[in-house]
Parts: sequence; structure tokens; C-alpha cells
Amino acid sequence: MRMSARRVQAIFRKELRDYRRNRQIVVSMAVLPVLFSIYPSIELFALPASSSGVLLHKQPLVYMLAIPAIVPAALAAYSVAGERQQGTLEPVLTTPIRAEELLLGKALAVLLPSLAVSYGVLGVFVAAIERFAQPPVASALLSGPELLAQVLFTPLVAALSIWAGVAISTRSSDPRVATQLSVLASAPLIAVTTAISTGGFHVTLGLALGLGAALLLVDSLGWRIVAPMLDRERLITGTRS
Amino acid sequence: MLAVTTAERSGTMLDDVRTSPALAVNRLTKRFGDRVAFRDVSFEVGHGEVFGFLGPNGAGKTTTVRTLGTLIAPTSGSATVAGLPLTPENGVEIRRRIAVMPESPGLYLRLSVSENLECFAGLYESPVPRERIDLALGAVKLAGRAGDPCGALSKGLRQRVALARALLSEPQVLFLDEPTSGLDPVAARDVHELIDDLRQRGVTIFLTTHRLDEAERLCDRVAILSTTLRTIGRPDELRERLFARSLAVRTLVPLPDPDRVFGGLPAVDGWRRDGSGGYVIAVSDPAVAAPAVTRALVEAGADVLSIGESRHSLEDVYLELVDEDVEAGQR
Repeated sequence: MRMSARRVQAIFRKELRDYRRNRQIVVSMAVLPVLFSIYPSIELFALPASSSGVLLHKQPLVYMLAIPAIVPAALAAYSVAGERQQGTLEPVLTTPIRAEELLLGKALAVLLPSLAVSYGVLGVFVAAIERFAQPPVASALLSGPELLAQVLFTPLVAALSIWAGVAISTRSSDPRVATQLSVLASAPLIAVTTAISTGGFHVTLGLALGLGAALLLVDSLGWRIVAPMLDRERLITGTRS
Repeated sequence: MLAVTTAERSGTMLDDVRTSPALAVNRLTKRFGDRVAFRDVSFEVGHGEVFGFLGPNGAGKTTTVRTLGTLIAPTSGSATVAGLPLTPENGVEIRRRIAVMPESPGLYLRLSVSENLECFAGLYESPVPRERIDLALGAVKLAGRAGDPCGALSKGLRQRVALARALLSEPQVLFLDEPTSGLDPVAARDVHELIDDLRQRGVTIFLTTHRLDEAERLCDRVAILSTTLRTIGRPDELRERLFARSLAVRTLVPLPDPDRVFGGLPAVDGWRRDGSGGYVIAVSDPAVAAPAVTRALVEAGADVLSIGESRHSLEDVYLELVDEDVEAGQR
């Protein structure tokens, strides 16, 4: 099967234009992550320098990886179910576009603002820690390898959340239901990052590499896994073929 | 000589495409569970033909378009669309050769007209997207509105944008599903003119509608669907097939003895009253009957107001067939 970069690009550009015309979508994406990071920030600001040793045995920064899990959920959930509800899906499906191309274009378009929001919130969080936390706390928290892991894992986690959301979107008849299920689907990712950040279990370098490789594999195959779920007949008529 | 040059081969292929119908449908059926959308539908549409697909709501018109447009799979039967067998493997290639304008325009309302078309030019991998967009906008007389957000356009203009979108790929077969549904008469007339224009350019058009005036005006042939195909042919053929030919006569005052006037005239099979001073005369050949009837009326001293061949509209044909279905359903 030949994947058409032009068709993927056409969907990607259309989605980005749509977000740009409706900036509230992207702004509202940032609200939850900001709220999400307020409480840990305050806790860390209040932490005395003598407590920095405790942080060395935990991986609190991993908590921030919950953000790329949550941020794309709503947009991904809307991607197919929303178009279907608007009546814009049928004209697209009558073109030569393949399911894989449509879903990849949509997933990439969700990924871009999700990364911008996730990295943006992370940047503000890191800057705030540097500025307001006790220096030993800041240096214990913001170790180089952990920051690097944060940067590398953000797109991997976001992509996984996007594919889950898009998969749900292809099977939902109502974008509201799709959004709720998609947020629910990101819960296991949030549980894992919370467990790691609170010291529930420690991630070694080997485990991190293994997890990263697994995420990369699933993410890169995402369009192949989700594409068979896009059933044109069911999406258009509401009945199974 | 066995060797065939590329030019000869492509010439032969082109001939094949032209000689084979643009659409050939053979006993096509679509069921959704126990519900039959359409059954045993067979017809052919020639290249450059405007083919009207008529039927009441729920007759299966839109489902037929979606099936031929590869959006949904038929339950049984076969079809050839734009020269390709209707199979899942041919879906992408068929969609490359056709365009479908659904009943609802389905435009991205926050995007401009031009941005909507850019997206679809990309989906069709148009080699010269800007040129195609300009041509399509020119064809629907919207060149001056390219920058307008679609959300700000009237329903009629949105319909035109949807038509422009369908023209981007220069389709071999263009499916128009109720293109004037919900439009006011002026907007509907504009769409009719556009369809007429496309016909002049030789585009094959499959037009579903329940506006009979539209079908009568635009279509070379029509088919009437009511789950099964009830009839197919040119509008005048259908009229002749369904209705006996007749003359309509109006006189100033009712004739005292119409039997004496109309009885025994050549090519006259019978007559009936049609209001005061009105008569419908069943004839086998209007060209023979009309002069004889006129002479008979003059000889009888009747003050003739009008005499002419009765014209049954496509609406009469449609209602006759659909009423038959309703009656059959009630039995």
C-alpha cells in the first residue's frame, strides 16, 4: 500500500487551520495541565533544603508525564466522531483517501499542539522550581537525565494517548462519549506516572529504555492498529457492514 | 504483427472506456439487517449522460449513491463504476475517478472557501491545485468569494462551494445527491444552470432528486426507484409508456351530444368529460385525430376555445408509479 504524504498533509493542514481559527481549543487544552502542576509546585516550593535527599530516591518529575497523557485526549476523541457529527466526514471519505492517511493526518495535527502545551507547561514548571524552590531541592529535582527522559518521553506518551483517543473516536457515535472514554483511557498512563513519581516503583535506565522502545513501537504502528477500526459504512450509516 | 505499441494500447484502453458505460449496475441489492434499502437494481448510464434517479424519501436513492461511491458495500449484485468493478480493492481508484456531492455540503465552516478546496485538492493529489481551484470556483461563479469563511455563506452559496469541491478532480462520473434540497428557487435555478453547464462539457452526472421539474429539465433519462427500480427511460418515453395519448378540448359551452361529435372519428378511441365544456379524447394518433376532431367540432357549431395534445408531466408518471406502490403496500 502506498501512503500518500500529500493526503496526510492535506488533513494535517486543515486540522491546524481549524485549531488556529478556534484558539479556545488550544487554550483550554492548557488549563488542566496548569491546574495539574500547581499543587506539586507549591509542595516543592515549601520543601526545606534538608529534604532534598528524599527526592534523590524518588522520581517526582515523572509526574509531569501525566500532562501529555491528558492533553491530547479530548482533541483526539473529537477527531473522527466530531467530524461525523458536523457532517464533514462523508465528503472526505468520498475522496481517494485511505483510512491510514486520514488517521495519521489527524493524529499528527493533535500531536503538535499537545507537544506545545506539554513542553510549555514543563518549561514553566522547571523555571518556577529553579526560581522559587530551595537550590538543593531544585538541583535534586531537575537532574539532567530526568529532564532528558521527560523531553524524550513526552511525545511518546502523547502519541499513545492520541492513538487511544482516535481509536475510541472511530468507534463512537457521539463526540461527548468519545471524549469521556478517551480521558478514561489515559487514566492508566496517569496511574503509572503517579506511581513512579511518588516512589511506588523505581525506573532504572534499562527499564526506561525498554519502556521507551515499547512506546515507540506502539506509536509508530498506531495508524496500522487503528485504521482497521475505521469502518466507512458504520461511520456514514450508523450500522455495521 | 503481435507487438502493440504503447500508443495503440492506450488508444484501445481509451476506446474501451468510452464504449463501456460510465456506470453499469447489475441486480445490486443493499440490506441493513432485515431492512432492504434497495433490491435488484439494474441500469446503465452512458458517458456524458445526465441520469436522474428519482424516488420518494426512503426509496434508497442516497444509499445507492453511497454504494456506487464505495462508501458502503453492496449485499449482492455487481456494478462497474467509471470503468472499474465495484470491489473493495478498487475503492481508492474508483474514488479517484468519481466525485460525490452529498446532500449536506459538509464544509469546514471556520475555513475559507479557498482553504476548503485546498484541502480537497490535496486529497485528490491534484498536480496543479491552485489552477484547479480557480477553475472550479470560476465554474460555480464564486471566484470573488474565495477568501470568505464558509460559515458566512448562505445555503445556496455553500451548495455551490460543495459543487466546486466535486469538480476539483475532473471526475468521470459526478454523483449529485439532492443538490437543490432546501434551496430557494433562485439558488436552485443557479444550481440547475451549473448542472446544465457541466452537461455541455460532457460530464456524466448521476443526479438523485425528488424534484420532478428538475429531473425533467436536466436529465436525459430518469429511473424511478422505490426500493426496487420501478421504471427507467427518457421522460417522454415514460409518459408514453404509462399514459394513453389524448387530446384536451375546451368549448365555450358544453356540447349537447358529445357522442355524436366524437364518435366514429378516425384515430379516436373514446372520450370523457373534464369539467364544464372540457373533454379528454383518447386517441391512437394525435396527428390524425386532431384535424378530424377540429372539423367535427366546427361542423357541430361548437365555439372552440382550445384543442391540443394532453401533456403528462414527469410528475404524473412519478405519482402514478409511487401511488401503485402505496396501494400495493396497503393491500
